[in-house]
Amino acid sequence: MKVGLFVPCYIDQFYPQVGIATLQLLEKLGVDVEYPLQQTCCGQPMANSGFSSMTGGCDANFVRNFTGYDYIVAPSGSCVLHIKDHLHDDKNPEAATHIRSHIYELCEFLTDVLEVKALDSKFPHKVGFHTSCHGQRGLHLSQMTELNAPDFSKPGYLLNMVKDLELIPLNRKDECCGFGGTFCVTEEAVSVKMGRDRVQDHLEHGAEFITGGDVSCLMHMEGILKRQKSPVKVLHIAEILNGQYE
Amino acid sequence: MSSSTYVAPTDHAKAADKFMEDEERVNWHDKALWFIRQKRDVASKQLPEWELLRETASQIKQNVLSNLDTYLEEFERHAKQNGITVHWAADAAEHNRIVLDIIKRHGIQKLVKSKSMLTEECHLNDFLGDNGIDVVDTDLGERVVQLAQEPPSHIVLPCIHKRKEEVGELFHQHLGTEKGASDPAYLTEAARQHLREKFLTSDLAITGVNFAIAETGGFVVCTNEGNADMGAHLAKVHIACMGIEKIIPKAENLGVFLRLLARSATGQPITTYSSHFHRPRPDQEMHIVLVDNGRSIQLGRKDFYNSLKCIRCGACINTCPVYRRSGGHSYHYAISGPIGAILAPNMDMKKNADLPFASTLCGSCSNVCPVKIDIHNQLYQWRQVLSDGGYVPKTKKIGMQAMATVLSNPTIYRVAGKSGRFMMNLMPGLANMKAVNPWAKQREMPEPPKESFRDWYLKNKKKS
Repeated sequence: MKVGLFVPCYIDQFYPQVGIATLQLLEKLGVDVEYPLQQTCCGQPMANSGFSSMTGGCDANFVRNFTGYDYIVAPSGSCVLHIKDHLHDDKNPEAATHIRSHIYELCEFLTDVLEVKALDSKFPHKVGFHTSCHGQRGLHLSQMTELNAPDFSKPGYLLNMVKDLELIPLNRKDECCGFGGTFCVTEEAVSVKMGRDRVQDHLEHGAEFITGGDVSCLMHMEGILKRQKSPVKVLHIAEILNGQYE
Repeated sequence: MSSSTYVAPTDHAKAADKFMEDEERVNWHDKALWFIRQKRDVASKQLPEWELLRETASQIKQNVLSNLDTYLEEFERHAKQNGITVHWAADAAEHNRIVLDIIKRHGIQKLVKSKSMLTEECHLNDFLGDNGIDVVDTDLGERVVQLAQEPPSHIVLPCIHKRKEEVGELFHQHLGTEKGASDPAYLTEAARQHLREKFLTSDLAITGVNFAIAETGGFVVCTNEGNADMGAHLAKVHIACMGIEKIIPKAENLGVFLRLLARSATGQPITTYSSHFHRPRPDQEMHIVLVDNGRSIQLGRKDFYNSLKCIRCGACINTCPVYRRSGGHSYHYAISGPIGAILAPNMDMKKNADLPFASTLCGSCSNVCPVKIDIHNQLYQWRQVLSDGGYVPKTKKIGMQAMATVLSNPTIYRVAGKSGRFMMNLMPGLANMKAVNPWAKQREMPEPPKESFRDWYLKNKKKS
């Protein structure tokens, strides 16, 4: 099994440690991982702003980079959802189709493809899990509170394998953090208020760390925590599951 | 009441900024609506067949929208057989004229009206007010916003944005309650007495319609206050106004919709009153006005037609994290929240181009929708339509074009990334400058790392 590692642009540029943790974790689990060097972005920033007509370049570049892999894995629910829903390449329709149906967010790759049963990691802290909307409502990584359906959580299942980690409860376990792509600047006031309220829920329940599957949400909440001079830190779930965080 | 003096702001983000100035109000607004969302969750989870009910309702409406002409004609035929006068209105202006003509024919000066979002959409109150007719809204929340000369901020909870102290002050000014009194029971009793007199002295009542049944020619109006019944039963003339999408094929379909409506709206098993009207009383005239007002155009839009399945429960509004913090008036359209944001552009793309962007696309709206409208997908699709049509600012288009150029080309992307991180390292103060960077006004920028993931990978991994 050959896996292509997709490290979304803002992770590449601002949170390389998340890409590193993802790569190390997958390699520890025996996966043959390769990072295609000419990758950039999934095209979501343009598409969600109403300019999907401008994503042809990103799509073609994505297909060039990720053709020929059995699976594509990324530490971001949002970018994976975008590829699944919108990747098209008129010159390589079959390659695009293969990518769309073989791209996985990291957690679902661990639970559904690798069927991980145990992890060698320890994290003796109180952790709040932030459920990202695109991962949850788009990729169904966990059950949505709106539906009358059985509860489950793929990230929760994995975090339960981490020694000494205490997952805290939240009042609103799947409310949006307010990042929303360009929404975070075009609707700055609402975005910040949503972020503050989300962070507050974690703080009230004694979180030492907030984790999640999407760096975009975490970056937003981190920006708010730091402005509040809070000691609470954000970490991507890959960093906790990889067990190398110090 | 004369025409409203309220001027709606035209930009969601600006109006939201304004609403956000009073953070304490935002907090209880958010909590009040979240409380209702939670009640909805509890109610929906008591029915094992909940998800099947949603799917069934969605499919019944799919059938209706696919055969709307046939069902409308069937409804008209049966309604006429029942002795109801049926009118057809192509748009809001024609609807308002039809209603005014009926009022004038009876020489009526004042009337009572129960909740109808259609008449809000058509600005009927303003139109009748300008023509010298005194309209009294009889839904308590609607009466409150009417006295405040504001439009409803929520389709089910019209004055959810008002504190009880503000209602007390309005009632003091208009109904003569004690200055400073804000006890809900006291204020409600005052409203009850005030409205009782209006009910007893009005010869004409306007109501909305929740469901019109093609098979029987009858219609159903749902209220919690009984004000539609009180108005219609006391008046000599009853006018019911409805959008053409309110049709359902059979009376038995009500068993699906009535179970979904109130549970979705407020978490109640059913509305306190579900009133079935079939024919006028012997001494009464009954009219029904069937209004298109843009619905046929929406029906022809393949990505958006199923927004017409909406039964106006307001669940998407209650669950929307943006709505709860920006308030209903920030949507500057008769119907606020996510559903309003996908209906409004159909009416006027230029004026409402901002609304589909007033969302994080979190998707909670689609999950609570009792008729399974894919609201968040339609918000995304409207963004594409509005951008393609040139309804978004030119500067945004230029910015997006620049971003697309950088992100489609690996070399330019790497150079831009390096200089971006370099700039942030060099001048973190600039990146955090509040005036030039809306991100940094209330949030810190991420700390720029010394190298990108790709740089690290080349150094540490590629050698092997």
